[in-house]
Amino acid sequence: MAFRNYILVCGGTACESSRADQIYKNLIEECKAQGVAEEVQVVKTGCFGFCEQGPIVKILPEDSFYVKVKPEDAKELVSEHIIKGREVTRLLYDKESSRKNAKVEDIKFYQKQFRIVLRNCGFIDPENIDEYIAREGYQALEKALFEMTSEDIIEELKTAGLRGRGGAGFPTWMKWNFSRQAEGAIKYVVCNADEGDPGAYMDRSTLEGDPHSVLEAMTICGKAIGASQGFIYIRAEYPLAIHRLEVAMKQAREYGLLGENILGSGFNFDIEIRLGAGAFVCGEETALLQSIEGKRGMPQPRPPFPAVKGLWGKPTVINNVETWANIPVIITKGGNWFSKIGTADSKGTKVFALTGKIRNSGLVEVPMGTTLREIVFDIGGGIANDKKFKAVQTGGPSGGVITEENLDTPIDFGSLVRIGSMMGSGGMIVMDEDDCIVDVAKFYLNFTVDESCGKCAPCRIGGRSLCNILEKITAGNGTLQDLDTLETIGEAMKKGSLCALGQTAPNPVLSTVKHFKEEYMAHIVDKTCPSGTCKKLVSYSINAEKCIGCTACARKCPVAAISGEKKQVHIIDQATCIKCGVCMETCKFGAVEIH
Amino acid sequence: MAKMTLEDLRKLREKKQNEIQKRDIEGKDARIIVGMGTCGIAAGAKPVLDTFLQILDEKKIDNVSVTQTGCMGLCYVEPTIEVIVPGMPDVIYGKVDVETAKRIVEQHIIGKQLVTDHMFDRPAADIIKKDGGK
Repeated sequence: MAFRNYILVCGGTACESSRADQIYKNLIEECKAQGVAEEVQVVKTGCFGFCEQGPIVKILPEDSFYVKVKPEDAKELVSEHIIKGREVTRLLYDKESSRKNAKVEDIKFYQKQFRIVLRNCGFIDPENIDEYIAREGYQALEKALFEMTSEDIIEELKTAGLRGRGGAGFPTWMKWNFSRQAEGAIKYVVCNADEGDPGAYMDRSTLEGDPHSVLEAMTICGKAIGASQGFIYIRAEYPLAIHRLEVAMKQAREYGLLGENILGSGFNFDIEIRLGAGAFVCGEETALLQSIEGKRGMPQPRPPFPAVKGLWGKPTVINNVETWANIPVIITKGGNWFSKIGTADSKGTKVFALTGKIRNSGLVEVPMGTTLREIVFDIGGGIANDKKFKAVQTGGPSGGVITEENLDTPIDFGSLVRIGSMMGSGGMIVMDEDDCIVDVAKFYLNFTVDESCGKCAPCRIGGRSLCNILEKITAGNGTLQDLDTLETIGEAMKKGSLCALGQTAPNPVLSTVKHFKEEYMAHIVDKTCPSGTCKKLVSYSINAEKCIGCTACARKCPVAAISGEKKQVHIIDQATCIKCGVCMETCKFGAVEIH
Repeated sequence: MAKMTLEDLRKLREKKQNEIQKRDIEGKDARIIVGMGTCGIAAGAKPVLDTFLQILDEKKIDNVSVTQTGCMGLCYVEPTIEVIVPGMPDVIYGKVDVETAKRIVEQHIIGKQLVTDHMFDRPAADIIKKDGGK
């Protein structure tokens, strides 16, 4: 038998801690007591994300959203809502308004996530063009081909205020307009799908989940600037995304949505895929274009900008996957609609790949202007394992760390730069108290040193020097002079490098030195690593008063560095110890201590 | 299908839109949608998809379609699936392994009861379904 009502009780950690479990039990009891147990199913769900108003109870099919519910409210919820069909207004989120305004979709919080780019991700079958079409797919292309001029299309983007999502945030309409106005019969449209920041996978997921949105947008751009050829530059490590793109392109060609005389309009446009070999620098637009041309991927001086002189010297619009995915929606719903979302500086939404020490890692799309605190604590559910928040890194190896004091900054292109980081492509890595900030900086720097193309000295030599100094500090051999040297070299790299890779590579170092100076000082002056990450700075020993001689640690030690008889105090031989920490994890008595 | 004209495309869209809307109507076939992004596949979405197909076949349930989709964004509870059954709320299930898949068919599809310990909430409202979020 089907149920007539479903009562959903939040079972997230935050709500559980405010007695959601008791509410759940009480609701089941009440349903039994009031004789509706057969008709109503009480369900404990995952976190609703609205932890601030918890515990949350949602009743379907009315979609009533009850907040701050107490266990003793269960009786009233059942007798009023279920039996009599009257909502318990005092518990509704929005008490003032009528019934319809209390629905889930109307609650501001749920606009914390607002999905434009990811509108179809996790909803349609990406390998079935019909499903895309059913969701307003290729409607923007219709409009662009039959109802709009090139100028109209660009004007719409201008009204929308869309800025490039690849990191730099350049106004998209300007790029398109430069290319439109540039002389020449041959022009190109390029999609940058060379996503490479550690921990970032927004573009991959967009292409895997909704490949047609990018194809449609590129075709619209072709019409706007007068190009008939597009390229998608995607890294070969994304086989599924490539497969989905190939399927999508094939279907679009069969339907006449790509190729010659699209929809009978007389407009021709087709797209080819170019595979990248995974060099990080090829995400830089000029290096990417070199790579498409079959040359070694190295950045070129700008100007001339690709919009004027790009692929094979022809005017080329190059945009990032996420930028493209926004465009069909802007054309269909209008630039005005889009410009109402976000902040004065940055319109629309941004997708973040939320990873690291976060409870709910995942893909998050929020309107610009959402605060980091909302992303990390409300959507992300806070720090995993109840550890303490330390910092969040945005912008990948080009960005910086953001600390507790700046968590309430509304995120947009400008505000992130002002607090010493950057938007970047949308990687967001959360760190907790167990992460060593010097080690994190070293990680990013190792990455950029590996990925530097070697063309210019500030990046090639400067990056290596920074890396060596960080290595020295984490080994306990750092001096106070080194801190100054880090800053001097970092500033020089920013000024002297040709492309963004070198210009931004020192950011993780500079921002961590700025925000976590005391942690650097601990490494340099006290020769300790407060989080116990830097192996050369820590030592393990056994507290003789706590050790009961159970031999557990000695049996687990991979290098047999621990000696001691049964029921006797054990001792770690410092010369043999490799500081793996297994003994500390193994000891049930807290006898192993880290120094 | 041959190349389309503008008219063809509009007709196709209308037809498909009707089909999607019909999904909500009582009596219409149920759907199981499996999140098959790289994250989902890495977490084991493929065997889950296979399991659904196999059980539905074994039990001769022919009113349920099984389709794939991209990443739903809930990467911390992959593999994720969505189950749409007429007369029941649309539900997103997370951490679905082969055993859970069997339970979902038994309990949700056949028994019309939600599998309570695997339920998660959709991360955002749909801008296309809901009058454009205007």
